[in-house]
This record gives sequence, structure tokens and C-alpha cells, in this order.
Amino acid sequence: MATDLHQARWKKGAWYAGLGALALLVLFPVYMTIVRALSQPRAYVQAGQPPWPVHPEWDVFTRAFTDGDLGRKFLVSAVVTVCIVGGQLITATLAAYAFTFLQFPFRRLLFFVFMATLMLPIEVTLIPNVQTIRSLGWLNSYPGLITPFLATAFGTFLLRQGFRGIPRDLLDASQLDGFGHLAFLRRVAIPVTRPVVASFGVIAFLTAWNQYTWPRAVVTEGRWETIQIGLRTVATQTIDRNNVGFAAALLAALPILLLLIFLQRQLVRGLTTGAVKG
Amino acid sequence: MSEVAFDGVTKRFGDVTAVDQLTLSIRDGEFMVLLGPSGCGKTTALRMVAGLETVTEGTLRIGDRVVNDVEAKDRDVAMVFQSYALYPHVTVAKNIESPLVARRFDTGDGSPRKLTSAERAERVTEAAAALGLTDLLGRKPAALSGGQRQRVALARAMVARPAAFLMDEPLSNLDAKLRAQTRIELVELHERLATTFVYVTHDQVEAMTMADRIAVLSDGRLQQVGPPQAVYDRPHNLFVARFIGSPPMNTVPGTVVRSEGATSVRLGGQSIEVEGLAAEPLADGTEVIIGVRPEDLVVDAAGQVEAEVRAVEWLGHERLVVCDLAGHQITIRQAAGDDPVATGDVLPLTADPAKVHLFDPDTTERLN
Amino acid sequence: MTRRAREALLGYALLVPSAIVFAWFFFYPLYRLFVMGLHQQNRTGTAERWVGWSHFGDVLGGEQFREGVRITGTYVLYTVPLGLVLGVLLAVAANRRLKGIKVFQMIFSSTIASSVAVASVIFVVLLNPQIGYFASVKMFSLSDPDTALRGVALSSVWQNLGLTFVIVLAGLQAVPDEVDEAATLDGYGPVRRFFRVTLPLISPTLMFLAVVLVIFALQAFAQADILTQGGPLGSTETLVWKIFNSQQPVDQGTGAVMAIGLFGITLVVSLAQFLILDRRVHYGN
Repeated sequence: MATDLHQARWKKGAWYAGLGALALLVLFPVYMTIVRALSQPRAYVQAGQPPWPVHPEWDVFTRAFTDGDLGRKFLVSAVVTVCIVGGQLITATLAAYAFTFLQFPFRRLLFFVFMATLMLPIEVTLIPNVQTIRSLGWLNSYPGLITPFLATAFGTFLLRQGFRGIPRDLLDASQLDGFGHLAFLRRVAIPVTRPVVASFGVIAFLTAWNQYTWPRAVVTEGRWETIQIGLRTVATQTIDRNNVGFAAALLAALPILLLLIFLQRQLVRGLTTGAVKG
Repeated sequence: MSEVAFDGVTKRFGDVTAVDQLTLSIRDGEFMVLLGPSGCGKTTALRMVAGLETVTEGTLRIGDRVVNDVEAKDRDVAMVFQSYALYPHVTVAKNIESPLVARRFDTGDGSPRKLTSAERAERVTEAAAALGLTDLLGRKPAALSGGQRQRVALARAMVARPAAFLMDEPLSNLDAKLRAQTRIELVELHERLATTFVYVTHDQVEAMTMADRIAVLSDGRLQQVGPPQAVYDRPHNLFVARFIGSPPMNTVPGTVVRSEGATSVRLGGQSIEVEGLAAEPLADGTEVIIGVRPEDLVVDAAGQVEAEVRAVEWLGHERLVVCDLAGHQITIRQAAGDDPVATGDVLPLTADPAKVHLFDPDTTERLN
Repeated sequence: MTRRAREALLGYALLVPSAIVFAWFFFYPLYRLFVMGLHQQNRTGTAERWVGWSHFGDVLGGEQFREGVRITGTYVLYTVPLGLVLGVLLAVAANRRLKGIKVFQMIFSSTIASSVAVASVIFVVLLNPQIGYFASVKMFSLSDPDTALRGVALSSVWQNLGLTFVIVLAGLQAVPDEVDEAATLDGYGPVRRFFRVTLPLISPTLMFLAVVLVIFALQAFAQADILTQGGPLGSTETLVWKIFNSQQPVDQGTGAVMAIGLFGITLVVSLAQFLILDRRVHYGN
């Protein structure tokens, strides 16, 4: 009995050690980035690039805003993200409602056509889409950054799954109560599927905030850079100033980190949709 | 006036005919039960009254208005769903209030208008009090028991003071004890409100205990309408005979025998007396189906027919004796205290000639 | 108007906003890709001539596209198996009822917060040939054409760890305890239990995840754009990198055909995904 207990304790300790090693593996890249962001660049190189900060400069995070024009980039990213998330929530909710609760000719075909857009990532349609944006005069503008993402097959699918969980009787009861479809959508369907809507909203936010390829293609002026493409210059910056770039990268991840901490359940549910049945 | 009248009403879904030429008039203030097995069209008929399904053919009237093209919300009916269909995300009070929010009501001055929130609150309070829900108004449906949810659904139906209540198997999600209790409460509610109730069920006990009249449906067609006891005593066809009554009526094939002075029905080598058979226009040798309810078969030393006992099922207050009669299985219902019987016994049986039913084997219609 | 017609009209009206965006930015550009692929523009984009379907053959069989496919394919091989193995390792380690396990779960899922761009900057810190902490490690040196793609791939593996972990963990948690307990009663040790019972049960999740990671890898662009700018010697020019850099009028036809090629590859992978998902739905019934 005593040896069993001893063995169990030993096993537990080994497990914790393994977990600790894995945690180190995951966090080490971030830790090194923090070290580099804090260190005075020249002093750090002269000290032989040790795994701890050299001459830490804590104001580097505020300097990212003053030197790196990070404020403007945050603003552009925020506006683009909020508009995309809001727009997708509206268009996907409406479409998902139609596909779930309304009968009309070609419904199945149209749903299939909607889902087919999942096979057309922006990377494929990049060249003609950039041309479209250019011909509209929308390079370096909010409409250019936002419009192509105002509809989403993934969101439509997710919300339709949510709506399908609503008993048909609720719609019937609502109609007897004198409410039309739009009132049912607003009063019942959306509130009842709030967890699904929240999951989708969080995923949409994450995706929009983290976008790279499209803004990189339609932005040519620094003023219109999102935070993500602003990071591009870090690698090519002079060594003297790259600590500001590393600080910017850490700050760029902050909104999503907060999302992960405070809306973990919604985020995980959204990410694992389709991965695990039930 | 809240008479509900089907006149030749048919409902088709694609190739499937759910309700076939239904003509049925439900009187003002009547408790009408639409009874039948699942898939018989009873729920579709109810949903047409509610305005949740369109009428393919025929006319449907509520009061003196043809409602074929009237929207659900303008029909002045309320429905209690099998699932109760409570809105899960709002309180009991909001659920009950729901029918009052969007619709217009005639409050006595002739012109329909929306109710003020004070008027709505008053009606909610009143309906909740009538069903003993006052203390639950702030709860959400998930925090209620099945019986409480069912009463919220009733309160939501009452609150708009509709001309007719439509109920779709409202008791099927309750346990047996609560169901018996609620049956009585529903009858009391009907008396208190004095409004038309149209009640759909597959449960004959609910139909027998609550209905003023029963309409039996099968395969989308109306089989028989009438007061429960009348339908039980004189089923119009084999379907009704076998569907109503538990255990079901015994039905065995036989032949009409006419000889001078005496007319009877023979099955196997034995014969059964049937009251008034001589006067029926049935020729000698006509094939019939003989129907006798289990409680109408009596063991009697002078019995006309003999059956061999195959099993005895004890139910406490009574017993069911399953017998073989000329190769057909029949059931006899006896009181628990009757003379004991055992498997293998041969029982002489007799039936009250007034309680023997005859049906046509081809048309399944009643013959006597 | 009948009730039915009104309902249909409302249905179409609700689809219109999405339909406009899909038509404008998904289906119209797909059509444009074919038109572009059939024409050759001059340097300034002021004139174009018909070059026909043979152009498709020329591009898809050409050096540039094949090189892009080879690099992207290698990238898939570098990122997907390693990502899956690490994801399973993290998930198995964190799928225990231990005190403080939530903290570890949080740490393991934390890379979800990093975008491709952020991950790439973080790997500048580690791998940049001038300033990187591991710049001297030959195995994934960004300055060597033979190893640069590995370094780039490493940043992707790290960036996707969080997502992979979260999905595998969800898969593991969906395995009923009784199954594991039954296997224990049958005398299976922990290792055999994992390979004989747990792994087969979560294999649908892993298949799904594999497809997701393959699609991510097919779309790889930012990593190369930030870490190596496609270099050295074009050794990290992924398909999307090549498409992105074919936007000049004179290159557009070629870029369009390469994009169609990428579309074809994505289509095959996505169809595989649908088939897998479809089968899984049947398991559930």
C-alpha cells in the first residue's frame, strides 16, 4: 500500500515534469520575443544574445505607438475587424434563417452554391479581386479591406446548425402569437442560439484580426496598413530599432489573447465545430 | 360564435393525402376530441384550424367566417402544443404575455387595438392565478416541472381569450398520475371558460373521459363522430370497434344461419344469438365478422360456445382470460373474485345478444 | 399574393446580401481567372491577345508552377505530421485530472492568440540569420536554400499548436470514460490502451485536423513574406507567394492559371474533407 502510494506520487511528479517541459517548449519563443523587445538592441547583441533581457527598456511598448505609428495601425485593424464581424453576423444570420425556416424553390441548390465558396479562399481569387478593388478606386481604403469579407459560408453553416436545434413548434407558436419571421428571428431564434452566435462572432473576430494576405495585396500606403502587415517591416528593420517591432508583435496578439482568456469557451467551441461530433 | 366547421376539407403534402374530404362540425362550446392512431391526419386537421397549414380543398369556417385564407394570428384561436413550445429564454410571465404583444384586440368599443402594458400585465396575472402559476412568473421554463410547463402553455393559450382552444396531445409528456389529474382539471377549465375545445389525442382514455363528442379518424378519413359512450356501444366499423376499448373487442369470422323461427350466427360448429338479427336484411350464409367486447363474454354453464383457456393474466382488481375459440384468440374480462380458471380448462361462454356486433368482412361496415 | 409566394420572396430577400458578396468576390473572380488565363497582356496592361487553352498546359506543366507545387507540397510534409504528433502529445499530456491542469491547458492553447504574422516575427527572433537566437543551428537555417523551408515550417507548426491542441483535446474528452475503463479491465496497459483504443476513437478528429492543416499549408504566404521574402534563391516561394507576386499585367495570365491550379488542389483536399465528414456523420447515427 505504502509503495503503491509512493509510486503514484512519483508518477504524478513525472507527469508534472513532462507538462512543464512541454509548456516551456510552447512558451520559449514568446519568452525570447519579450526578452528581445525589452532589451536595448546593441547592448543585447554585445552581451552575446543571452536568454534574459539586457538593459531592459520598459517604455518600448509605448514607443511602439509613438515611433512605430502603432496607434493608427490598431485603429485600421479595429475598424476593419469590427465591420467584418458585424457584417458577417448580419448576412450569415439572415441567410442561415432562410435556409432553416423558410421554404422556397432551389433552396438546396442555393445552399450548395453558398457552401461551394468554402473552396474559393481569397488566395485563389486574389489577382482578379485586387483588380476589382483597384478599378473601384478602393486600394488603400476601408471598403477595399472590408467588402470581400461581408459574407461567410462558414458562419452561415454554423448558424444554420444552431437554428436547426430550435423546435419547429416555437415558430408555429410565435406565428399564432402574431409575430412574423423577422420578429421570430429577433425575439426567439437569435436569443435561443446565443452561444452559437457568440462562438461564431469570436471566430470571425479572430480571423478578421489576423488576416494577412488580402490587406497586404490592397494596401500600398503605410497609413492604411493593418497591424498584421505592419509587422512585415520588422525583419528588415535595422538592428537598432527592431526591439520596437518585437514589442509591436506582442501587442498585436494582445486582443486575441484577451479573447482567449475571457471568451475561452466560445472560442474553443467555435474552433472545434466539425472536429468532434455531438 | 365559435363553431368550427370542416366542409369537405382535404390536405395534401405532395402525393400524400393527410386529410381526406373531412366534413365535421364542432359546436360552439363543445369539447371535441379528434382521436386516432399516429399518422391518421388528426394533427394536420388541428393545424389547419390554427392556420399553420393551408387547406388544399374544401372550406374551413370558424364562427361565421371562412378562414381558408385568414392568417393564424387573425383567427382568434389559441394552441397548446405537444411540446408546449414555451420560449426557453424568457420568463413564465413573458411566455404568457406573448400572444398579447403583437395582436390587436377588441376591448369592447368595436375597434381592435393593441393592449397597453398595464392591460397585458393584468391579463397575465389573471391567467397565472387561474392556473396556480403566480409564484412561478419570474422563472424560466427550464426551472419548471413538466406539469408546471404544461400549465404555462395553458395559461398562454387562455390569456388572449380565444374563441377556440386547440390542443395537440397536451398530456403526452406527463407521467401517468399527473395525466389523470390534469384530465380532470382540463374538463373543469372547459366548463369554466365555456369555449370550444378541439383536442387531438391517440389516447382513447383521454377521449372517453373528457370529450363531449369524439371524432375517430383513420388514414385521413373520418370514421365516426359521436358522444364517447355511443361510439363505444355502437362502433360504425371494424376500425372504430378495434381502436376503442382496452383490451380491444374480440373479432372472429362467422356465418349467418337462417332457419325457420331462429336466426343466429355460427362460428366453428357453434352458434351465437344476436338481438334483432332476424329483422336485418342478411341472407342465409352471409359471411360476417362477429365482435364482442371482453367484458360482454360471460362463463355460463348453459353457454352456446366453448373456448379453451390458454393463459390467465391477473391485474389485481380483475383478470383477463385469453382463450382459443375455434382457432381464434379471444379475451374475456372477469372480476378477480370470479370462479377460478386454469390453463387448459374448457369454458362454456355466453354473450348478451344485445351486445354482439356484426361487421361486413369486405367493407368493414357495421351490419346490425 | 399567396402565403407560399410571400415566404419564398422573404427567403430570397434574406439571401441577397450574402449572394451579392459571393457573386462579386467569389464567383465572378473565378470566371475572371479563366479569362485572364486565356489572354496574355503586355507590360503596361494596355493590350492583350488571346493565347488559348494551351497556355494552361504551358503554365501548369511549367517550371515555375511545378516548383511552387514542390515547395508547397514539401511544406505540407514538414508542417502536418509534426503538427499532428505535437498536438496529440500536448493533448494527451493535458487530458488528466490533475491539480492546476487548467493552467497547462491555457498555456498549450495560447498560440491561438498569435496570427501568422505574429508567429513569423517571433521566429525572426529565433531564426533570423543575423540576429536569431538559433541562427547557428544548421538544421533549419534560413540562409541555406536547402533548409530555409524547414525554418519557415517551424513557425507554422508552433503557430498551429494551440489550435491542434484544442481540437485533439476536445476529441479526447469526447471519448467516454467507460471505454478506457473497459480496456483497463481487459488488462491493457496504458500504452496499448492509447494505441489500440484511444487513437482509433479519435482518428476522425485527427483526419479532420489533418485536412485543416493541409489547407493552411496550401495557403502559406505570410511566413515566407516575413521570414525569408521567398528566399534564399527562391527556396521558400510557396504557390501563394508566386501567385501574389504575379500581379503585374505581364504576369497576370500566368498567375491566374497558377491560382486555378491551387483551386484544383484545394478542391481535391476539401472533397476529401467532405467525404470524411460525411462518413463520420454516419458513424453517429
